[in-house]
Amino acid sequence: MASRFADLSRRYSTLALLVIPLLLIALAAQLIGRVVLERIVIVLFINLTMVVALQVFMGNSGVVSFGHISFMGIGAYASALLSMTPAAKAAALRSGYAIFEQIQLPFIPALLGGAAVAALIAALIGFPLARLSGASAVIATFALLMVVHTVLLNWSEVTNGPRIIFGIQGLTTLWTVVAFGLLSIVIGYWFKETGMGLQLRASREDEQAASSIGIDIVVVRWVAFIISAFLTGLAGGLWAHFITIFSPISFYLTQTFLIVTMLIVGGMTSVSGAVVGTVVISAIFEGLRAIENAVNMSHILPGTFVGFTEVLLATAMIVLLIRRPAGVTGGQEFRLPRRWTRRGSD
Amino acid sequence: MEAIDQVLQFLINALSLGGLYALMALGLALVYSILRLVNFAYGELVMVGGYTLLVVGQATGIPWLIVAALAIFAAVVTSLLLERVAFRPVRQASPTTMLITSFAVSALLQNAALLFVSPRTQAVRIPAFFIENITVGDLLISKSNIVTLIVSLAMLGLLTLFLRRTILGSALRAAADDFVMTRLLGIRANLVIATAFAISGCLAGVVSLFWIGRSGSVIPQIGLTPVLIAFVASVIGGMGSLTGAVAGGYLLGFLTITLNTLLPQRLLDFRQAFVFAIVILVLLFRPRGLISGAERV
Repeated sequence: MASRFADLSRRYSTLALLVIPLLLIALAAQLIGRVVLERIVIVLFINLTMVVALQVFMGNSGVVSFGHISFMGIGAYASALLSMTPAAKAAALRSGYAIFEQIQLPFIPALLGGAAVAALIAALIGFPLARLSGASAVIATFALLMVVHTVLLNWSEVTNGPRIIFGIQGLTTLWTVVAFGLLSIVIGYWFKETGMGLQLRASREDEQAASSIGIDIVVVRWVAFIISAFLTGLAGGLWAHFITIFSPISFYLTQTFLIVTMLIVGGMTSVSGAVVGTVVISAIFEGLRAIENAVNMSHILPGTFVGFTEVLLATAMIVLLIRRPAGVTGGQEFRLPRRWTRRGSD
Repeated sequence: MEAIDQVLQFLINALSLGGLYALMALGLALVYSILRLVNFAYGELVMVGGYTLLVVGQATGIPWLIVAALAIFAAVVTSLLLERVAFRPVRQASPTTMLITSFAVSALLQNAALLFVSPRTQAVRIPAFFIENITVGDLLISKSNIVTLIVSLAMLGLLTLFLRRTILGSALRAAADDFVMTRLLGIRANLVIATAFAISGCLAGVVSLFWIGRSGSVIPQIGLTPVLIAFVASVIGGMGSLTGAVAGGYLLGFLTITLNTLLPQRLLDFRQAFVFAIVILVLLFRPRGLISGAERV
């Protein structure tokens, strides 16, 4: 009995150490009951889902992706179009497709539908992309971001072009984002520990050695890319039904930089790193934004005060990359100290 | 207008835009060929040049050529500074770390411009020849296109001379081919890399003159398009090949002018998507570039 406990605790201690503090954060937001705080925590969990999603692909494969925010955009628009009422669609999209307008799904099916569209597109383009690594992969995923952004900007029938889309119901609540955020952590951790996750991590360490022992690198990268895009699309849908009004510019370089920063600062090779990075950067980000807003509200300075948050974040990131390139966690998972879990198995 | 005039017009436009694109691509490819670093901050060097044009240009009485020289100088200094402060400390780390660093540097510079200068578009004083046209027979040619064409060819010529005829140039070409071997032969890595960054900055400075000359204004995000063009051109030419980058730049210039002439307006909006889709296809099927047989140096 004791040994089984030790076994379980060793296996699941990481998950517990990640999930429990996050639940406490959510609970605290609920109990304090301030709207501002609740919105900050909702954004935290949506970003968390995206950072963990990025970790699934980038962390395990070692291939840098600057294109993931495209899947956030696809998930956001697809799920919004699925959940909007026909009347809202007619009002928001002046030249929408007639077939689309009749469809209306409940919240959760619409979210999953949006994520499925993102995953489908990832499956189509991901297979050839999975052959690339290094600088080629960087430029190709960056090109993907550009292509999707251009399409979102110009496909007026679906996205209302560069203008905002409105009329989306604010269905996302604190506990939906908590549920999906924690689910993504479980999926991310589970994937890492599966055989396929292990193969992918082996290919990250040494591509030649991995393929020489029979690992099909393209296939394992492809699967990780699809899972990653699905979770990112899910986060996009959650965000769309939280913010309710948005335009294609939200799914571009600023958001890409934020999500990549969170993952790199935490340490991209572990799920713990993704979680820590998200929490730390969110805290710093919200603090700096509050200062920025306070300065703008008080009109101390002649012009508008923008860019302050990003300047400090970017500086912090460069310093961290120089001092500790593996991130705050060093890329390791959290574990209970050994002496706590060893007793049973002796 | 007669057909021959149209062809001539097309050629001048394409060669001038292609020359500009080639300079953009070369600045990026030079650093990549030695360090294997895709320098996202390259576009911000163009931005630095642009803001120098704005700030120094506001002071009346300074001839434009001096303003232009100062802009190039500012881009070179910034490039060297970035190398020393941000890139040198992460040189030994993984390529991913170096790449993310350049991404962070790019975000830093862009937001610093937002914060310390202005988020708004600002008009830059442009010398007369950027706006004037000359007429040759039926042909209406803008002077700026001619100047761009000549300056880009001159820059490429000078750079070729430097790379072929000087010791430092040879060291640079050797480093682009095999950096480890070059260091073993006693060439100082820091010197070679700093030279590459200086030339890269110089090219970005020259690009900034013509790029800002075309739009007549500067904003913090102005570097994005040049860096994207440089990506595309160097991918088409084969990453890490200098000749390839130049050829890719000219090819992209021709392609852009052709699409502008041929595509209907509705599809023109999607032009960027087409171009980047082509990039992905090239990377997949010809990862060493479209221009096969392009020598590395």
